[in-house]
Amino acid sequence: MTPAEPHWSFLLGRLGPDAIPTEPIVLATFAVVALGGVALLAALTYFRLWGYLWKEWFTSVDHKKIGIMYMVLGLVMFLRGFADALMMRIQQAIAFNGSEGYLNAHHYDQIFTAHGVIMIFFVAMPFVTGLMNYVVPLQIGARDVSFPFLNNFSFWMTTSGAALVMASLFVGEFAQTGWLAYPPLSGLAYSPNVGVDYYIWSLQIAGVGTTLSGINLIATIVKMRAPGMTMMRMPVFTWTSLCTNVLIVASFPVLTAVLVLLSLDRYVGTNFFTNDFGGSPMMYVNLIWIWGHPEVYILILPIFGVFSEITSTFSGKRLFGYSSMVYATVVITILSYLVWLHHFFTMGSGASVNSFFGITTMVISIPTGAKMFNWLFTMYRARIRFDLPMMWTMAFMLTFVIGGMTGVMLAVPPADFVLHNSLFLIAHFHNVIIGGVVFGVFAAINYWWPKAFGFRLEPFWGKVSFWCWVVGFWMAFTPLYVMGLMGVTRRMRVFDDPSLQIWFQIAAAGAFLIALGIVAMLIQYTVSILRRDELRDETGDPWNARTLEWSTSSPPPAYNFAFTPIVHDLDAWEDMKRAGVARPVEGFRPIHMPKNTGAGVILAGISAVCGFALIWHIWWLAVASFGALLITAIAHTFNYRRDFHIPAETVAETEATRTRQLAALEGAAA
Amino acid sequence: MSHSVSPATLTGRYYDLHEHDHPEGGSTMLGFWIYLMSDCLIFAMLFAAFGVLGGNLAAGPGPKDLFDLPLVALNTSMLLFSSITYGFAMLAMQRGQKGQTQLWLLITGLFGAAFLGIELYEFSHLIHEGATPQRSAFLSSFFTLVGTHGLHVTFGLVWLTVLMVQVGQRGLIAANKRRLMCLSLFWHFLDVVWIGVFTFVYLMGMLR
Repeated sequence: MTPAEPHWSFLLGRLGPDAIPTEPIVLATFAVVALGGVALLAALTYFRLWGYLWKEWFTSVDHKKIGIMYMVLGLVMFLRGFADALMMRIQQAIAFNGSEGYLNAHHYDQIFTAHGVIMIFFVAMPFVTGLMNYVVPLQIGARDVSFPFLNNFSFWMTTSGAALVMASLFVGEFAQTGWLAYPPLSGLAYSPNVGVDYYIWSLQIAGVGTTLSGINLIATIVKMRAPGMTMMRMPVFTWTSLCTNVLIVASFPVLTAVLVLLSLDRYVGTNFFTNDFGGSPMMYVNLIWIWGHPEVYILILPIFGVFSEITSTFSGKRLFGYSSMVYATVVITILSYLVWLHHFFTMGSGASVNSFFGITTMVISIPTGAKMFNWLFTMYRARIRFDLPMMWTMAFMLTFVIGGMTGVMLAVPPADFVLHNSLFLIAHFHNVIIGGVVFGVFAAINYWWPKAFGFRLEPFWGKVSFWCWVVGFWMAFTPLYVMGLMGVTRRMRVFDDPSLQIWFQIAAAGAFLIALGIVAMLIQYTVSILRRDELRDETGDPWNARTLEWSTSSPPPAYNFAFTPIVHDLDAWEDMKRAGVARPVEGFRPIHMPKNTGAGVILAGISAVCGFALIWHIWWLAVASFGALLITAIAHTFNYRRDFHIPAETVAETEATRTRQLAALEGAAA
Repeated sequence: MSHSVSPATLTGRYYDLHEHDHPEGGSTMLGFWIYLMSDCLIFAMLFAAFGVLGGNLAAGPGPKDLFDLPLVALNTSMLLFSSITYGFAMLAMQRGQKGQTQLWLLITGLFGAAFLGIELYEFSHLIHEGATPQRSAFLSSFFTLVGTHGLHVTFGLVWLTVLMVQVGQRGLIAANKRRLMCLSLFWHFLDVVWIGVFTFVYLMGMLR
């Protein structure tokens, strides 16, 4: 069953000296990461930040802090994922005329797999989850999510998954299978080493976090809305978040199950996806896309919500067609389960099955188109303010529509038989994911940053970043559309046809332009933090926005709202401003809040150890850490003191500071 | 709209000035229910896998060669009885009878353990006959579906034990009642899944 394993020892399992990679690029990366890591740890120790981080952040159950930690995780992993992209672009630009490029096949195959896995699971997901975590409770007038401890635990499980992926760079290897690890390639026969096991366990551990955070946010939105906020008065971002979390809960278990089956094939020798003994590799492809297609809507729906909030705010108008926006979101949620087969029309399911899935795929562009028109009509004859969030929104609208159109092209089965597995497909999904999700996340960061930190982002470097990104994106991916139409397939390491080289060189130039955009973005954050006093926003509502999160101070107090707001209108905060409602300044009561806990960090840390042990077949450690996991989890349930009250005096003091701040602003204005 | 209204009244209209603490755990039952539905999807996938692969015997033994229906029927009755006794535990909990609750929980646990014991006996018997999970895709999906259910029951037993201790320590306080309610949902859910397994895997397997 198991083809010639190199070696195995009781103590270390498959782990041995050969686990340390010898490729110079990886070694150099390792040196840089190790030095940087040591420097970071030293700095944290020198400035005595460990206690602060542990008490104020790592163990925090405050949805705002957890949201910010998700964003930081997404950003860090984004740099790693982009480094992978850049390496691929360089390889493909030079591997012509007999040149092997600078990456061998073993390394290159890991890079394209890691790039996909990281960008979807550890960049886009944390970004989206982070935004929902930060914004949703504030938008619905709640003080936290339904299950604050679970929220902290979810975050650390996602982080543990990310840590395992990062570990694979330096200890062993990552999968060389492509981001969905299709069997039989990902089976034991063709991938006997640890790569696929890293893939499985990092996704399983992160998946627990994602599913639980989905459950948490659904319960939050259903149960914790402020009085008066009926379903049809929920802000669009909250609506899209609700639908996204429904999708998460209804699709991630599928991923969990299919990865369990794959791991049984690899660990136990079962025959789910093998070629013999009755296994069916195509069942894996079906099952994983039943998760995979809803997954892309999990990423894009909240971003549609972001664009709705921004369009309405910066047009200074109520969103056009709110109800149609809600219905469109719900329709997309349902339809996203009926299109999965379009990812493998070439499987050979027959004309009738392919037609069904082709048609459902085309139908899904109707509600998406409706959304696009709603944004356009919101902007129509409005006095639009072209701040950065709005610029990203407009770039999205232009870019995403083209990505959507190429998607409809791919939805036509006969066309798909030509374009399947080609660079056209790569260009298409980067077109919608970068043009949709990434642009949307940048719009959201620029939009909500002042809320989270109390100062705005500096616009100059933001605009530099914007133009580098938008131009760089089109420069990098237009050549891929062209080559895809010519039939160039994806995941190639070297090329025979020299006439293609120029296209890859243009694409590489585009990738470098995007790199400049990322550098400019990092400069933007740094400059903004350094000049935070000039950029300070004390109003709490710098964009003259319309939803409840802007009614608080920036950053909001730990308890969000001293008094729960009562909602009378869709644009609740706009309504309050128009009615001239005065903030309550007395009669504060103690506020009931959840206590911080280290249990989430500890449980997720043990899970990572358990995953590592399973990857390397260190069975004693796997058993021991699983036992520790169970015992810690049970011990945590014996802790019944999980809440406390913020005393009324503290609330009064915080609110008095806010009152003085607002009075000073009014004085300055007068 | 605000012309004739005093500022204080307006503030009162837009802020809940007389708010009280929300009872803890108000979302727990909903959250747990959603979790159960996500778990249900895992079972749905395993059922689907069995549906696709269940006929792929790879020239190995099939359901008719392997399944011992009277034994499985006995096993099913163990689980069904445990659901009834859990129901009695919940009735005792509603009446506030701590000892009775614990007693019924204990009986539930014994039925659950009997179920697991019989299942393990069945598995070991199959494996001794050479019908291992590796033998064919049918057996892979059979062992995975039934085994995942068994793992859930095992986890339920651990949970049940912990709750018996916690009820013993702190009595039937609100937090413990909530936990008992959650386990109740979980336990009955496993029963429903087992009905599916019994029908779809064992009974229909004999008809294949």
